[in-house]
Amino acid sequence: MKHLKTGRATLALAALLALPGVGGAQEMVNAEAYRAALQDKFANPGTMVGDRGETLFKTPRGPKNASLEKCDFGLGAGKLAGAYAQLPRYFKDSGKVEDLESRLVTCMIKLQGFSHDEVTRKVFGDQTKNESNTDIEAIAMYVASQSDGMPINPPLKHAKEKEALKMGEALFYTRHGPMDFSCKTCHGEDGKRIRLQELGNYASNRKNAQDTMKTWPTYRVSHGMVRTLQSRMWDCNWQMRLPDLAYGSPASVALISYLSQQAKGVALDLPGMKR
Amino acid sequence: MKLKNISLLATLALTATGLGAADKPVLDAKMKAAVDKMIAVSFPAGENQDLSRLKQDETIQTCNIYRDNVPEKLAAEITARETKSIKYPADGKLMGDWKKGQKYYTMGFAYRIGTVEPDDPKKDRGGNCYACHAAEPKEVAYGTIGPGLTGYGKLRGAGDDIVKYTYEKIYNSQAFTACSQMPRLGHNGILTPEKIADITAFLVSPESPVNK
Repeated sequence: MKHLKTGRATLALAALLALPGVGGAQEMVNAEAYRAALQDKFANPGTMVGDRGETLFKTPRGPKNASLEKCDFGLGAGKLAGAYAQLPRYFKDSGKVEDLESRLVTCMIKLQGFSHDEVTRKVFGDQTKNESNTDIEAIAMYVASQSDGMPINPPLKHAKEKEALKMGEALFYTRHGPMDFSCKTCHGEDGKRIRLQELGNYASNRKNAQDTMKTWPTYRVSHGMVRTLQSRMWDCNWQMRLPDLAYGSPASVALISYLSQQAKGVALDLPGMKR
Repeated sequence: MKLKNISLLATLALTATGLGAADKPVLDAKMKAAVDKMIAVSFPAGENQDLSRLKQDETIQTCNIYRDNVPEKLAAEITARETKSIKYPADGKLMGDWKKGQKYYTMGFAYRIGTVEPDDPKKDRGGNCYACHAAEPKEVAYGTIGPGLTGYGKLRGAGDDIVKYTYEKIYNSQAFTACSQMPRLGHNGILTPEKIADITAFLVSPESPVNK
């Protein structure tokens, strides 16, 4: 049954993707049908990436030959249910506010004995070279999926959590680079588009922020692979013609803190699937 | 003379919508230093990382401090400074070839750096204007962040003043509107003066499909 359903949804998706460019009202209808086709979780290849992530998570690896099962994502060592929904948060052991992926880096260094360079040298699979998702992308998908259906609710008690939110908001509005862009340039008003792509208003439209944030990590159809929030933060900065935003850097975590607070309260719908 | 009128109208429009009203800084000195530091540590040096791109000039720093809502006095300083920065093609012709302009108006993907997915640095680049502005009626894949420019020359004519305004607006949008959301395409080195003249022709020329 599962297979039958998957096949049908994939065919429907393929048919939609094959549509030539259309305009006006019809375009909106097709966009909705396209989104509806993406809702079928059995047809979401992100699930399989998450399954691979689960195996990696539970397998002893690294110089210390340890699994990640003792990693504390904020609710206690090894407690995954609901942990992603309450990230980013402050961690006493690292003294930093960490999102899911910077937390994974910390655990892979501390528990498994990898070096920072080993963990962060190659974090994103390259869709232009037809690569598969990297290990850390797959693990992130697995851990995040354990919060499916739970409301985004990162804590805002510790002074550093409050600071991360404030810094993330400030960075959201900071214009720099050869295009003089900030995040707000594209994501500051309702109903805007870049080319044909609709843009969310994450500055002042809570629903836009929620609709976006609840489906990350996501399977990107156009990339043919899972993408995470760290990848999305890097991608926007890359499009702004800036240097590479470092994986798990303070700026990336601050932005994710801001966006998560903007989206607070909505139930996660994972794995997501996007264009 | 008409050019002056355009600037005056822009100023009046700003005042009317309250955008030009003096406002308090959003970023105080301490917060600005903290943001600068966070950026500095989050974009590390390395292969194909041009960190000079992170440097904010005086104008964009002012925009950031006031979150684009700069007091009138500072707005006047910005427009004066940015006007001075405008350079023109060697041959002095601000109206180039609209067919080339059509290409440069459209071309987008280039000039991205880093190690993950950099563009070929030799790749010719355009202004990616369709990302934000409609132009030719037949092109449906236009963005809406900026105003639509379909019929631009038909509405405004192709007089010298319009040509000059159009060229200068593309070269440096902030010469007219302090903290405009539009990139300073000439000033920041995205487009050469010659390419800007070509895009000007694409928008203004009666022969251009923008005006058909």
